[in-house]
Amino acid sequence: MAKRDYSLDNPAWGDRRPVIVGFLCNWCSYRAADLAGTSRMGYPATLRDIRIMCTGRLDPTFVIKALSEGADGVIVMGCHPGQCHYDVGNFKAMRRMALLRRTLAQLGVHPDRVQLAWASAAQGTLFTETILNMTNAIARLGPLEWRDTVADIAPSTPPLPDEAHEPEVIHG
Amino acid sequence: MMEDRIGVYVCHCGHNIAGTVDVEHVAEWAASLPGVAIARDYKFMCSSLGQELVEKDIQELGLTGVVVAACSPHMHEPTFRRACERAGLNRYLLEMANIREHASWVHQHDVESATEKAKSLISGAVRRVMELEPLEPFMVDINDATMVVGGGVAGINAALELANAGHPVYLVERDPSIGGHMAQFDKTFPTLDCSACILTPRMFDAGNHPNITLLSYSEVEQVDGYVGNFTVRVRQKARHVDTELCTGCGDCWEKCPAKVVDQEYEAGLGYRTAIYRPFPQAVPKYPVIDEESCIYYQKGTCKACEKFCPTGAIDFDQQDTEIVLNVGNIVLATGYDLFDPRRVPQYGYGRLANVFTSLEFERMLNAAGPTDGKVVLRDGITEPKSVAVVHCVGSRDENYNPYCSAVCCMAALKFGHLVKERTGADVTSFYIDIRTTAKNYEEFYHRLLKEEMEFIRGRVAEVTDAARMPGEEGKLIVQVEDTLIGKQRRIPVDMVILMAAMEPRNDATDVAHTFGIGCSEAGFFTEKHPKLDPVATMTDGVFIAGVCQGPKDIPDSVSQGAAAAARVLTLIGQGTIAIEPVRANIDEEHCSGCRICNNLCPYTAIEYLPDLEVSRVNPALCKGCGTCVAACPSQVITGQHFTFDSIMAQIEGVLYDTYNGNGYVSVEHEVPLATG
Repeated sequence: MAKRDYSLDNPAWGDRRPVIVGFLCNWCSYRAADLAGTSRMGYPATLRDIRIMCTGRLDPTFVIKALSEGADGVIVMGCHPGQCHYDVGNFKAMRRMALLRRTLAQLGVHPDRVQLAWASAAQGTLFTETILNMTNAIARLGPLEWRDTVADIAPSTPPLPDEAHEPEVIHG
Repeated sequence: MMEDRIGVYVCHCGHNIAGTVDVEHVAEWAASLPGVAIARDYKFMCSSLGQELVEKDIQELGLTGVVVAACSPHMHEPTFRRACERAGLNRYLLEMANIREHASWVHQHDVESATEKAKSLISGAVRRVMELEPLEPFMVDINDATMVVGGGVAGINAALELANAGHPVYLVERDPSIGGHMAQFDKTFPTLDCSACILTPRMFDAGNHPNITLLSYSEVEQVDGYVGNFTVRVRQKARHVDTELCTGCGDCWEKCPAKVVDQEYEAGLGYRTAIYRPFPQAVPKYPVIDEESCIYYQKGTCKACEKFCPTGAIDFDQQDTEIVLNVGNIVLATGYDLFDPRRVPQYGYGRLANVFTSLEFERMLNAAGPTDGKVVLRDGITEPKSVAVVHCVGSRDENYNPYCSAVCCMAALKFGHLVKERTGADVTSFYIDIRTTAKNYEEFYHRLLKEEMEFIRGRVAEVTDAARMPGEEGKLIVQVEDTLIGKQRRIPVDMVILMAAMEPRNDATDVAHTFGIGCSEAGFFTEKHPKLDPVATMTDGVFIAGVCQGPKDIPDSVSQGAAAAARVLTLIGQGTIAIEPVRANIDEEHCSGCRICNNLCPYTAIEYLPDLEVSRVNPALCKGCGTCVAACPSQVITGQHFTFDSIMAQIEGVLYDTYNGNGYVSVEHEVPLATG
């Protein structure tokens, strides 16, 4: 794929390109991505993917972490509803993502930056289309720049103690 | 904590990766990452020399983790895990960075982007591998019983191979008899063997083998467990015939007054009674009562069969029974559905009487079929003088199925031969391409050319009874563009046979879901690897054989049945199997006992211990999806191998170069660098 000038979508990109973190489930979407590769289907070089066993494993913290580390968007991809390898994990992801998108919207993060999509292991084409559409959406929205925007408006929270898991023991 | 010493190995994969990713630069760059002790690039990491590189470094440099940047983990993760293990490093301290399928192959002609992406994936893998912990796989015993689902020719062969090897087999068949589609055919191509003559001995063997428990008229309802230890719930539908008493004498169906069209075995061309045995050679031999057409079930009176049964085997009160079976492996051989040509209205099937499907025609050719083997028009008496065979009905057609159904060309040639043999009629084949790829197939095609079967190349536009030219009255006219001469032609014939496509079973996606496997875009079950593992699936212990995996002919189905059996025998022979320790684990010390995880688990693997007020994961039931891990408000459930820390580190890693990223600051440090 030829290199794309994202500043045409949104001048704020300059010479940068969008960065999308993808959480792909091991059984469907990761294999769809494999199939896209085996079949040499091109898609924008914006995706940086991380394999998880199931979208049900998706801790919303991961999404926030990715955005705060500099991702301009996050895409979570799993098996089609009803075809989850673990039966219902993708339904859990659906619920969590809906809530997460609302929460992020309150922080000023456009809901389109965080998307949930499905692709079965046989749908390399759908996978590439999904990444292309996601890239286009993010390209129009421009860079997220969490550090200057979201982090500034979010109320500051005191840093967690080092041993967050250790409950305080009160004797008496 | 021990200092991290990670080895990074960037594979060229010949030209596959090195052609697009600047592998030498990537290796050099990887060597500068914190914690990386060595970075190398090598032509083929999966070669024995490549693996030896890893092994040598583990031993000589004391590596604490290995990142192989090469192909998909679904390809070579097991290879490199074994290499690590041979060198004394725990197999779970390996991480693959998929820079082939996910970088070089999808960003071809863009070296810069592909290289950047490879770097981010490697960076993520390096950060992740530092957080990984050594794990030990669970060893589980393999139950030597196997369930074969589907009693067609593929399933029968799989069952017989396993049973002959001395292991118990449960053969589950949805219909009243095993045999599948092959039992409906008259002759097989290209040898023109009688289909029933070669199949029925196998059916008989399967039905009478001491190691095979035949569960006909039964369906799998639910599957639990994992390789070696599946628990399968099977519903055996009520036959309303006590098989202990029935002798299969046939008095019942001779006396049954309810006659209905037999849509299943006779493909709608013949009749059967309400109590029936699908065909004379059926295995098992016992009849079933079809409640839909039985007068007693519909009107409350009749019971003729009961009155005439000499052994009192009829049981109108019989109920469906549930059987729970424990098996170690499962072979799915669920076959196919025939494409319904009504979906191509221009071909007139269902509207024009003398348009037949290929399956109807098979039944018509069969000496035991509805016409006693006579080739006749729908009126049952007139012999056709000209027959058209239309190829690719529902196959190779973007409106229906893009794939080739693999067998129709040969079946069409077989029909051509049999029609000529029995009626002397002219036969014209309307084809797009003739595909005769297997042994002796092309020879058969040449034989038909010599027998003067006519071939017109072109997809048929329409079959109609509207005569426009002299000589077309009372005929079916096949309208086609003959692409060899570039002209529209109208061919009047007496009979049209539509070579209907093989389609996935209409419930294939549900069945796939029940057994935890996937379907291709077309709906056939997905194999583990299209070339190297065509009968295994992504779910260990579940194998596929026959047309449920994709269109194929009888010899290929038989081979796959045997291949699936061989794969099962390998597992049985091993006796035990290592299962991935990707499991959830609750830190009971810190569990608050809130029980949020209890209901989330799809496998009810989490039980609450009221005495301790904590939840506990049963590792035998847990499949490691991680739903509970993500939901635990106290974050005290660990998803082994996919821990919170490892994923968080990987996120930082893949975003090492971004605006906000703090994954890595550029570190200048001396590390040995070797490029090879």
